[in-house]
Amino acid sequence: MDYGEALELQRELAASRQQGGVADQLLLVEHPHTITMGRNGRMENLLASDAALESAGISFYPINRGGDVTYHGPGQLVGYPILDLREWKRDVGAYVRGIEQTIIDTLADYGISAGRIAGLTGVWVNERKIAAIGVHIGRWVTSHGFALNVSTDLSYFRYIVPCGLTKPVTSMAQLGVQAGVVETGRALAAHFGRVFGCEMDCEMASETPIPAASEREN
Amino acid sequence: MTDVVMPQMGESIVEGTLTKWLKKPGERVERDEPLFEISTDKVDTEIPSPAAGTLTEVLVEEGVTVGIKTVVARIQEGDGAGAAAAPAPTAAAAVDVPSAPAAAPAAPSAQVAAPPPPAPAEEDALPAPEPAGPLSPLVRRMARENKIDLSRVQGTGAGGRITKQDLEGYLAKAAPAAAAASVPVPARQAEAPAPPSPQPPRALAGARIEPMGTMRAKIAEHMLASKRTSAHVTTVHRVDMTKVARMRERHKADFQARHGFSLTYLPFIVRAAVAALREFPLLNASLDGNSIVYHNEINIGIAVALENGLIVPVIRAADEKNVLGLQRSIVDLATRARSRQLKPDEVQGGTFSITNFGSFGSLMGTPIINQPQVAILGVGTVDKTPVVLDDAIAIRSICHVSLSFDHRLIDGAMADQFMGKLKQALEVWSEEVL
Repeated sequence: MDYGEALELQRELAASRQQGGVADQLLLVEHPHTITMGRNGRMENLLASDAALESAGISFYPINRGGDVTYHGPGQLVGYPILDLREWKRDVGAYVRGIEQTIIDTLADYGISAGRIAGLTGVWVNERKIAAIGVHIGRWVTSHGFALNVSTDLSYFRYIVPCGLTKPVTSMAQLGVQAGVVETGRALAAHFGRVFGCEMDCEMASETPIPAASEREN
Repeated sequence: MTDVVMPQMGESIVEGTLTKWLKKPGERVERDEPLFEISTDKVDTEIPSPAAGTLTEVLVEEGVTVGIKTVVARIQEGDGAGAAAAPAPTAAAAVDVPSAPAAAPAAPSAQVAAPPPPAPAEEDALPAPEPAGPLSPLVRRMARENKIDLSRVQGTGAGGRITKQDLEGYLAKAAPAAAAASVPVPARQAEAPAPPSPQPPRALAGARIEPMGTMRAKIAEHMLASKRTSAHVTTVHRVDMTKVARMRERHKADFQARHGFSLTYLPFIVRAAVAALREFPLLNASLDGNSIVYHNEINIGIAVALENGLIVPVIRAADEKNVLGLQRSIVDLATRARSRQLKPDEVQGGTFSITNFGSFGSLMGTPIINQPQVAILGVGTVDKTPVVLDDAIAIRSICHVSLSFDHRLIDGAMADQFMGKLKQALEVWSEEVL
């Protein structure tokens, strides 16, 4: 699903969630090559010029949230939970830890032992980052979310790594696990439901994107 | 007047960065309307206004990180008309005028009286009345295991929280004087004896505070990681560049005319370093656990200063290039580094680095190794200097060249032999450059 389309869908769902119009949602999608830049990101962190990005077929989205520059692309499972945290816990730290736990549990299903690094949000395997997290909250309703590298072509991350100074990235494929994005998404949705205490009601959209609505257990 | 505070966004969260004001001073804001945005731990949150009225004072600027409960702004309650009875909410003046009345009703802290300077981080968080504030699981466990009475520990964290450092400091002080149970409960932080662990410096009044930026943060991380990884040792050799200087002088104009860029000392140094690396391949290696990886290629990273940082593009297969080819690569990489046109693989795969701080006037330096490499060469200025040659004083072009090497892998003897080879290659330079 195109990044801009997904962003629009998230906005609509988050607005509707704030009004109580819809239940909590978990959107699971796969994007074409995309680089997003948060409002606090600096252009100097983007190594390639616009022209270079264009010739590599990468869309560029400056977006209205804080944080770093991020890459999304094929082979990456991207999740956008639209949750009202007032109905779970009013704790953004616990929310982020919950997302991390969901991904750690999912990876464990595939025999990958992943964990956290204190102070560095995300999910890590041997000091390599396998999943990135970036969240926006408005009126306690979450948007944006996480990106788990299933079989991502990691060379694309080079476009956003200055001087090779960051910790390296990895993917499930690089760790020897051959899994599809859709399949991984299903496994993840189950763990998400458990961690956040909701019943998952999966609904398969056309082609690759896999939105899953969730309903909270009361 | 309603104080707007940095909210607590979760149990483990003690501070937040104010990333954006959605209203300007003097603007009207409705209750629950988004007023500002904060960033905590990769989470960005819109914070709604606690009251309806006019935003009169903004005390914390964008980009500043403050502890929870810090007052970040004040709102004069009431609708536009009602508020007009008190301080006229004319946009520009409104910022300064209300600060006088504001001083009266407020109890929380002395800082309230100070008008607009950016609130020093954490300062406001102190008035929290709770004895210890919420405790992290780690602190609870430490207290339990060491049987510490937490009421005796002065918290220095945001909101007066007791942190791990506070407990460590308490334990360190308590250990020698264990019996003297009369450890005074410090009344206020100001009276507390020298803090046990380095505290982040307080921002002085009028200081400008801005976020680090990702590149800066990455450089910081990379530098510290290198210091932690390698056993850095630096050796400095004095190199007589007179021969190279003369050759450069002879060809300078011609070179510029023929190739369109000037001939500097750097390609000569790179060429000499390549010759020395060929002879001492250990300096062109990496450590992988307990294995030594000898690299096939000689790829030389050249540090390029950028406006806000630095980048180290790599001359690949530097051993296959002559002075002209090296100079061409250096100019090309440096130019594109500054205009951000480098391709990703042009900043990777280096096996040895050179930093030319001499171009900024430095005599010599002790550079930090660019991991996972094991050595880096630092080049100082080339200056005409009186030196003793055959018991006579001569004027020579002298350059101090330093080598920082990883003593885990390389011993001083080898480092100095490497430098000897480099020095010799430069001092008896015979290769033509055109």
